[in-house]
Amino acid sequence: MLDFIMPTDRTIAVLSGKGGTGKTLVSVNLASVAQRATYIDCDVEEPNGHLFLKPSYVQEEVITVGKPVVDQNLCDGCRICSKACAFNALAVIGKQLLIFDEICHSCGLCMHLCPNHALAEVQKPLGVVRKGNSGTITFLSAEMRIGESSAVPLIKALMREKHSGLTIIDSPPGSGCLVTETISHADFCLLVAEPTIFGAHNLAMVHELVMLLKKPCAVLLNKTQDGENPSLAYAKTHNLQILGSLPYDQDLARLTSDGLVANQESEKYHTYFSLLLKEVEDASDTHSQR
Amino acid sequence: MHQILILSGKGGTGKTTVASTFIALSQAKAYADCDVDAPNLHLVMGSFTKEQASDYFGLPKAMIDSDLCTACSRCFAVCRFDAVIPGPTYRIDPIACEGCTYCLHVCPVGAISTKPVKVGDLKLYERGEERFSTATLTMGSGTTGKLVSEVKKQLKDNTQETEVAILDGSPGIGCPVIASLAGVDLALMVAEPSVSAFSDLKRVISSARQLQVPVAVVVNKYDMNPTICGEIEVFCFKEGIPFLGKIPYDGQVIAALNKGENPACLNSPASNALKRIYNETLQVWKEHVRQ
Repeated sequence: MLDFIMPTDRTIAVLSGKGGTGKTLVSVNLASVAQRATYIDCDVEEPNGHLFLKPSYVQEEVITVGKPVVDQNLCDGCRICSKACAFNALAVIGKQLLIFDEICHSCGLCMHLCPNHALAEVQKPLGVVRKGNSGTITFLSAEMRIGESSAVPLIKALMREKHSGLTIIDSPPGSGCLVTETISHADFCLLVAEPTIFGAHNLAMVHELVMLLKKPCAVLLNKTQDGENPSLAYAKTHNLQILGSLPYDQDLARLTSDGLVANQESEKYHTYFSLLLKEVEDASDTHSQR
Repeated sequence: MHQILILSGKGGTGKTTVASTFIALSQAKAYADCDVDAPNLHLVMGSFTKEQASDYFGLPKAMIDSDLCTACSRCFAVCRFDAVIPGPTYRIDPIACEGCTYCLHVCPVGAISTKPVKVGDLKLYERGEERFSTATLTMGSGTTGKLVSEVKKQLKDNTQETEVAILDGSPGIGCPVIASLAGVDLALMVAEPSVSAFSDLKRVISSARQLQVPVAVVVNKYDMNPTICGEIEVFCFKEGIPFLGKIPYDGQVIAALNKGENPACLNSPASNALKRIYNETLQVWKEHVRQ
């Protein structure tokens, strides 16, 4: 009997490894055809989802990270903190303690170790989290402050927001720390791959990461054309489930470049993304029942 | 070592296409791929006569000796990276651990130690006088910025001071991009005529300017949306940013890259545009170096 109970909460991460393969296109359109869905833009360094879904914001919040600041009157230059900092974010020059916020990971160790209580933690802005609505879609995005290096706390802040039902996560490119954090919150990963040797190589890397994190996944082939498709070849040799292909289409590229949502402009794409959503949900159901 | 870095903000706009063409046209003796979590330049640079591989170790990560752990939870309380997993004896999640060692300092029974973890494979390729530095991040290790710095250091250590190095960058504006921008003479931004790429371009230009790195802009696939291409050109004019040209969409370039061939060898609309842009870029670079 239990087989018939479908999970209602489902978080799908749309990934690619390589940038520009169509993550935002796919995520925005999936959320849009689903109607009742939450869209989360985890590409916090270069967020673009808002350009398409054009949400009206209901809430904005500055996300901060704690950084140590020194009271030079209490610091005796003992170097305990600078020697212990694994990131070399503190240095004593003469008797003066210098703190480099850009390389500080906000771990808190220096403050714990200081024998003179000369270090205190001050919250400094890392970025903004925004919540809003686009029609019936709940929209969440974050924007990292320019010059910051690690945006992981922004992704954690996005994921703390309560969301139920279907959630589509638009992932950052690559396969580094932001992508790892993003995937860790997903139930299922949709890997969008383009038909180039670059696309296939980066698909392989992100696939490796998805397997390391033990997440089920499937592939969507984007911008397909006649001729060889190295990403298709990779998917086949690695027994990856292929949920479909989206042929290269100049009109689609043009719509997207103007910030339009394809399924709202074209019946053809409305049908396409509705079917794709069904495929994605079925695929994630299959895995969650295993 | 002089450095010209290719960046974009948005991914997939053509950084590697531009970088590989520039390398061939300039007959560069030094080049590197700074996109360590999605490196691709090696796929179009042909074969090399010598390859040196080395493991790169990042910060040692914590590990808990389960025989000694008393499950007192102090490590769990102080860890800010959600890397301590509670249980009958506690464990460290090596993917989440950033190696700060706070846990090690609070463990009352000395159950926590650190062990070195490989975070990437560094590679140095040689062919005649050419040196190509690249790396692949170990999945789940996360420390991309440090690995990028290591790629650049490896190139610097193996080339003449006077060389002009071409560096292929990564998308975004976070730690790998900041690491790749260090000490660069000119960052050439490859944009695309789309609302997304334009928005990302503005953010990456701000990032470069914050680090006092001069920038210039080219637009790839400009004919996909000439209106937005025009907006980018106007933006650059207003901001005083050199706009070095437009590259048309060109199926021949994609076909060449897929065969692992360099677009510089083609006589096609995009490769000819790239040749003009390369000369423009050199001019702008020379002006900045002279200053």
